[in-house]
Amino acid sequence: MKSKILLWVSLLLMVFNFYMIFIYAPIEREMGIVQKIFYLMVPAGWLALLSFVIVLIGSILYLVKRESRWDALAFSAAETGIVFTTMTLIVGSTWARPVWGVWWVWEPRLTATLVLWLIYLAYFLVRSFTAEESRAARFSAIVGIVGAIDVPIVILAIVVWRTQHPPALIFQGGLAPEMLQALMVSIAAFTVLYVLILIQRVSLKNDATEIARLKGLLRED
Amino acid sequence: MTFWRKVFTITWKDALSEMRTREIIFTVLVFTLLIFVLFSFAFGSNPETMSLVAPGLLWVTFAFSGVLSLNRAFIPEKEQGCLEGLMVCPVSREVIYAGKMLSSLLFMLIIEAIALPTFAFLFNLPVLSLQLIVITILTTIGFVAVGTLFSALAVNTKAREMVLPILFFPIIAPIIIGAVNASGSALAGEPWQNMLSWLQIIAAFDVIFLVVPFLIFAFVIEE
Repeated sequence: MKSKILLWVSLLLMVFNFYMIFIYAPIEREMGIVQKIFYLMVPAGWLALLSFVIVLIGSILYLVKRESRWDALAFSAAETGIVFTTMTLIVGSTWARPVWGVWWVWEPRLTATLVLWLIYLAYFLVRSFTAEESRAARFSAIVGIVGAIDVPIVILAIVVWRTQHPPALIFQGGLAPEMLQALMVSIAAFTVLYVLILIQRVSLKNDATEIARLKGLLRED
Repeated sequence: MTFWRKVFTITWKDALSEMRTREIIFTVLVFTLLIFVLFSFAFGSNPETMSLVAPGLLWVTFAFSGVLSLNRAFIPEKEQGCLEGLMVCPVSREVIYAGKMLSSLLFMLIIEAIALPTFAFLFNLPVLSLQLIVITILTTIGFVAVGTLFSALAVNTKAREMVLPILFFPIIAPIIIGAVNASGSALAGEPWQNMLSWLQIIAAFDVIFLVVPFLIFAFVIEE
């Protein structure tokens, strides 16, 4: 029931979001229509980072409490996170192509996102290379913790590095008010969608764990 | 026994085993030399190109050698059933981590102490400066701090030595960035303050990755 409500909220917000992006917000003077990608890229990047934080929290709680639901949370956040990180990378490079003239530059923020993506991949590889479920959960929790702590350092390395990526204009008032409003709506819409997906994924994972447990019981008899 | 005496006992055990088998240091040194030779094929013998790519080359080589030697930190223990022996020892898991980390650090530093002059000799570069030695020591601490944790993790997975590089390289990315840039300044003969911000990044990384694995190592070797 709750997820039904969330589904409708998410759907309505998304429709409103499209209105804000394509009709309400003005077309940027220099970049033109390409700038609209920005409203997709920023939420995706934000959710990629948010996922990392959730993976960290879920991993710590799993190691402390040893309840499989915390592992389910960390795992689901990692899975949703890798989708949004991939989206950030793809959407970002489709923006880079017309604006910078290349798909990819070895620029700090891009490099950092790629590194995050690789850490997520390592997380799933470790899981798939570990036989028992409890050990896989433990090992991936360790990767989740160390990986999440790596994120601020990667960002620190970025700050020191000179950058080609547009600076955080949003907080310096460099964005037209309509654009800022559209961006905020977009972030809200995608975050609600994210929460919806995460809840679904967690309950799926919990069901899978429960089925595996029941199967184990059957085999014992 | 105090904490550090127990730690040094484990380190000494590793050093002794290494002196008798000569498994890690010698093999990794040969491997390092081979990578230098391969790089000379890749970048030719032009001194100008070489001075441009040298800092990157150095740290790519050490990252590869690091993975190779760190993989051996726990594989022999696992194969001989010694890890169980270590775990039933009346010492905390943190002692095992610190002991294994120090022995890996020792081996890596010995490897680098031989590889750096060789590098200077082969490519005619001023590698042997105080600056570069400081950078090397700081970076190596970070390498082994992360590497020891993941090496213990990797040895308990099905794919074993394949897992370590996949975990190790993305996590040490910031330290490689720092090391390459700081070494670039050092090789160009710049003063200390030009590389200070990079040294700070490496040092911050070292501190975090000494503390965090120390805290969570017990979860890696549980059963």
